[in-house]
Amino acid sequence: MTRFAATFAKPQTALVAFITAGDGDTAANLDALVAGGADVIELGMPFTDPMADGPAIQAANLRSLAKGTTTADIFAMAAAFRARHAGVPLVLMGYANPMTVRGADWFAGECAKAGVDGIICVDIPSEEDAELGPSLRAAGVELIRLATPTTDPARLPAVLSGAGGFLYYVSVAGITGLQQAAQASIEEAVARLKGATALPVAVGFGVRTPEQAAAIAKVADGVVVGSAFIDIIAEHGDAAAPHVEAFTRSLADAIHGAKEIAA
Amino acid sequence: METTVTASQTLPNSLRTGPDDRGHFGQFGGRYVAETLMPLILDLEREYRAARHDNEFRAEFDRLLKHYVGRPSPLWLAERLTEHLRASASEGFGAKIYLKREDLNHTGAHKINNCIGQILLAKRMGKSKIIAETGAGQHGVATATVAALFGLPCTIFMGAVDVARQQPNVFRMKLLGAEVVAVESGAKTLKDAMNEALRHWVANVHDTFYIIGTVAGPHPYPELVRDFQSVIGDEAKAQILEAEGRLPDMLIAPVGGGSNAIGLFHPFLDDESVEIVGVEAAGEGLDGKHAASLAGGRPGILHGNKTYLLQDDDGQITEAHSISAGLDYPGIGPEHSWLHDIGRVRYEPVTDAEALASFQTLTKLEGIIPALESAHAIAAAERIAPTLGKDKIIIVNCSGRGDKDIFTVADALGVKL
Ligand SMILES: Cc1ncc(COP(=O)(O)O)c(C=O)c1O
Repeated sequence: MTRFAATFAKPQTALVAFITAGDGDTAANLDALVAGGADVIELGMPFTDPMADGPAIQAANLRSLAKGTTTADIFAMAAAFRARHAGVPLVLMGYANPMTVRGADWFAGECAKAGVDGIICVDIPSEEDAELGPSLRAAGVELIRLATPTTDPARLPAVLSGAGGFLYYVSVAGITGLQQAAQASIEEAVARLKGATALPVAVGFGVRTPEQAAAIAKVADGVVVGSAFIDIIAEHGDAAAPHVEAFTRSLADAIHGAKEIAA
Repeated sequence: METTVTASQTLPNSLRTGPDDRGHFGQFGGRYVAETLMPLILDLEREYRAARHDNEFRAEFDRLLKHYVGRPSPLWLAERLTEHLRASASEGFGAKIYLKREDLNHTGAHKINNCIGQILLAKRMGKSKIIAETGAGQHGVATATVAALFGLPCTIFMGAVDVARQQPNVFRMKLLGAEVVAVESGAKTLKDAMNEALRHWVANVHDTFYIIGTVAGPHPYPELVRDFQSVIGDEAKAQILEAEGRLPDMLIAPVGGGSNAIGLFHPFLDDESVEIVGVEAAGEGLDGKHAASLAGGRPGILHGNKTYLLQDDDGQITEAHSISAGLDYPGIGPEHSWLHDIGRVRYEPVTDAEALASFQTLTKLEGIIPALESAHAIAAAERIAPTLGKDKIIIVNCSGRGDKDIFTVADALGVKL
């Protein structure tokens, strides 16, 4: 069973936590996420031009790059994480250019070697799958696709074709970290997506508090939280780990308990 | 000349049929955007296909170009520049130089051609708000102008560095009723303005039309901007045939994203006797800071398309530099990348210093103050014309007027205004 399958086979909803690689003490923060109860880790690959990100994650990208974070550093972080946490799914999330610059086969091979389970590439839609998808699938790395409020039923089959790991529902048409979607629209979308795929559905964008996370956790298989972690790291710098762990625990408690409460 | 054409194209004997139906020019172009934007991009493509075959759309476009923009723009025989270059050339050398006067368009550059086309598309699609990115401010001014003409609210994203160095255009945009957002992220220049415009668009796709200012961005933008700008080359062809009874031997145009250049080049791509030269901004020189994506970059993915980019080994985008804000971009339109790779167009670098010198030369000899962008093409013409026979003809795209640049030029010359 893959790490994704094992994680999403649990009855409780998964907490999917995002931080940017190289922003703050990444190894300590990753351990804090796991200790606090995060079920899936998304590690952001910094990029000079993060077009889909709001101010918080943009700033995290620039902080990381200013410290000189390289792609090699990110794979080293990933491999070290895998050595410390054998069972926690690890996803690299980022933009097409850093992922494809040395060739898709090279990137997919490095992912496999480092124990990376899946990839989210913001700016490769299904139309351009050839750029990265075939190499990832050949290397046994899952390509996690995004569905959005603008993904109409006609497009959905194309989005799902070749998708793996879980389906990431971007709940607002917008950039990371800003607005929050209405709960009703999330419920409607998740129901629609689950009707179209056997993949677990995780919901993200704009989720900042345990209360919001718990509400979404009642209907989704995973809840993604990103900018709220980035804000903590921005505030506490290299000493953020205890704060990250405490916040993770508050989210994990809310998310993991949500379905029992609902039932 | 090499005329290899990729298998995906339908008419193997023409270089003018691209892109393919997925928006690719060879390996370049495409639609590298977030899923949120994909449905809208597909919508735009459908609407553009319909508009292209709609005589009413075409007639309205032509009417506005004629009576509002002031087209056709003249093709001016630059006799004094030609003579000046012949004076220092060997006996029998010194090609005849014509200038395509896009500087005489309403708002002072070629940018308005594209804006007219795109705002008609926006209207057709029922979009009620307009956004655009701008570098030098020329595209911002042109967009704010058509937004005023059509009575649509308009927001222009401009890097904070460019806001500081292009104050007259910032004020013009505000007078025209646009909101100008100074973009503080990243390097605070054109690429960051484009990032910010894309971020705004993603959040407002339902009612907002993004008027991209050059032949970049996701498909179908590189195609539709090219088509709207091709009026430059179509006119130039008719004008040179009338003036000289034959095609030119060479075309020269400056390349930022590449819209004025492709507009001039595209109608001539299949005319094998016409040599075509695009001019990239070499800034301080190719060993220093520059904006020459073809000379100094590698293929990569940014702003929705695959093309040559200035980048490091990890695929991080590096900052461009040019004295000309309109050329200060680390990428280039995907069709240019393709024309470069197949060898149909030759791209040459011109430095800040060379452009600055040609800015003054053209002003003194022809009484035409060119945009610093256009001065790059003039500089290339000054370099090439003396190497060609007197019987040769060059058309240079004078893509815009230089009034916006007088502060930059004064500063570079050490003059206090
Ligand atoms: C006068 C002029 N020429 C050229 C350019 C470069 O753009 P493009 O390469 O798209 O023509 C600009 C851009 O602002 C411009 O203002």
